Amino acid sequence: MAGLARPSGASAGAGDDLGTGPGGGGEGAPVIAVQGVSKHFGSVQALRGVDLELYPGEIVGLVGDNGAGKSTLVNIISGGLQPNSGQISVDGERVAFSSALEARRLGIETVYQDLALAPDLSVWANIFLGRETTVRGILGRLGWLDRRSMAIAAEKDLARTRIRIGSVNAAAGRLSGGQRQAIAVGRAVAWGSKVILMDEPTAALGVEQQERVGELVASVAADGVPVLLVSHNLPQVHKICDRVVVLFQGAVVANLRPRECSMDEIVSWITGAAVSGGRL
Amino acid sequence: MAARLPSALSAPGTSTSAGPAPAAERAGYLRIVDRVGDFWIVGVAALLVIVGGILTPGQELFTKGAWNSISGFSVEYLLLAIGQTFVILTGGIDLSDGAILGFSGMVSGATMQAMLNSHASGLLTTVVGFAVALGLGALIGFLNGFVIVKLRLPPFIVTLGVLTAVGAAPSLINGGTEVDTLPPQIGAIGTGSLGGWIYTTFLIALVATVVFGLILHRTRFGLRTFAIGSNGLSARRAGINVDRHLMCVYAISGFLAGLAGMMVMANFNVANPLSGANDELDAIAAVVIGGASLFGGRGNMLGTFIGTMIISLLVTLLPLLNINGSWTEVVTGFIIVAAVALDQVRLRLAER
Repeated sequence: MAGLARPSGASAGAGDDLGTGPGGGGEGAPVIAVQGVSKHFGSVQALRGVDLELYPGEIVGLVGDNGAGKSTLVNIISGGLQPNSGQISVDGERVAFSSALEARRLGIETVYQDLALAPDLSVWANIFLGRETTVRGILGRLGWLDRRSMAIAAEKDLARTRIRIGSVNAAAGRLSGGQRQAIAVGRAVAWGSKVILMDEPTAALGVEQQERVGELVASVAADGVPVLLVSHNLPQVHKICDRVVVLFQGAVVANLRPRECSMDEIVSWITGAAVSGGRL
Repeated sequence: MAARLPSALSAPGTSTSAGPAPAAERAGYLRIVDRVGDFWIVGVAALLVIVGGILTPGQELFTKGAWNSISGFSVEYLLLAIGQTFVILTGGIDLSDGAILGFSGMVSGATMQAMLNSHASGLLTTVVGFAVALGLGALIGFLNGFVIVKLRLPPFIVTLGVLTAVGAAPSLINGGTEVDTLPPQIGAIGTGSLGGWIYTTFLIALVATVVFGLILHRTRFGLRTFAIGSNGLSARRAGINVDRHLMCVYAISGFLAGLAGMMVMANFNVANPLSGANDELDAIAAVVIGGASLFGGRGNMLGTFIGTMIISLLVTLLPLLNINGSWTEVVTGFIIVAAVALDQVRLRLAER
């Protein structure tokens, strides 16, 4: 069975030597290293010994057919799920997250597919939810919010997304899909000091906004923070990613460099044609 | 891909353009409905006062007596509605706060009676009486939250059960009769006033409204209360301890019901086992009239205050107009449905 072929990390794909990506991608030690991670749900094997490394400044696309294990892998890295075996290291130190909160404390931020916004809260409140700034002194100890400073900081965070949002005091639910996306991405960028995981960040966006999210991802990576981008949008993945990791039936079957391969080649790995067709 | 399409070009095919906010694109009349939604209840209150004042014989509505009737009536509902606001904002409901009012008042009254019978000082008795009522209220409220969170049961069911059980309990205390052996301090709270216009009990309710209003709208706790009702999963992902927060919210509701129990006792200078019966419905009505969504996430303390005052106003106004007091409930019922209907219309508008 094709899925059982266990290519480890780079051996299966085109991009074996890391650290050559333009734009400063992929230098030094990995920020995050996933080693031999497996996960099953009952009798369903969602991940089979997956290896994945993210280097500073890299944009890595994670692609695969529905059910290939992309979301499971993202959820494990973001702390939402715990693997049955294997390990994760952050900056070379082994970690075991029991919740998404623990991962976030280490600077691992996730842009969820559903965006994880509270529609009735203002834009700034969504960006700071769970990490609110309080005023100094005894009132701050009692939880008195520093709304002004949060609103100002939120404006700065969103300015980076270059998607116009009328007012950071507007309720998030009243904004358009693209603007909501900008809030979720802006929040992740603001807090994600180690790595940013994006689960289908452009699925709900128009062409222009997809472009902008792509630019944003590139600017985040340029600051040295690696981005793991889960997407069905292959043209975009091919365009902006330094590296593309293909999952097939729960295993990494290819580790490609888009600059050195065509989109058709990526597709053939996703569908499994390349796996069984002996293109190794 | 063509770089930089003008937003006017990208808009048609994609419903999710990042152009101006939908509110700005909306037709004028829809925007008016939207705006009016924020303030219509203020208009209703103003209209009731003006029209009611003109229609009452001798403009009796504008007298000190009428005001004292309105403000006095509002005290217990205001206190219950404050707690109910927090609960409803999380998407829950507390049907038990009226029952908690009655029960904590009776237990407190019986405790104070026993203390006075063993010659404790009036002041100490009063302090203990307050501590018992507030503590017991908070405890029952906390248990509400505990069961809701730990057993993952609907708030409606849990608080309905507590309403039934705790609602019957006062009849088992002091033989089910009033406790009238109370320290003089309790009566003094009921009769004390600022110039005969602002009674102590109303002042306490006002202070509670302001304090809890600030907690709701200006603190981390309040923000998270909104967040949980708006999107519980997002709140959890943001690292908020939703379970603990909900237990606090129900404890606040119970605590304020205990305080309401003391205020009712002070007003009548007795602890009555029937106090608080059916109060929860008026409290919920006040919150909903005030613009809170029963689905959580939306509402505000000022609205709750106005909602309570509207109900209290009706109770005083209708008899002054020689209308049977039962019409209060009929009118209140219509206002509730109108409020919820308007809320739904606004929600649909927002989703367009």
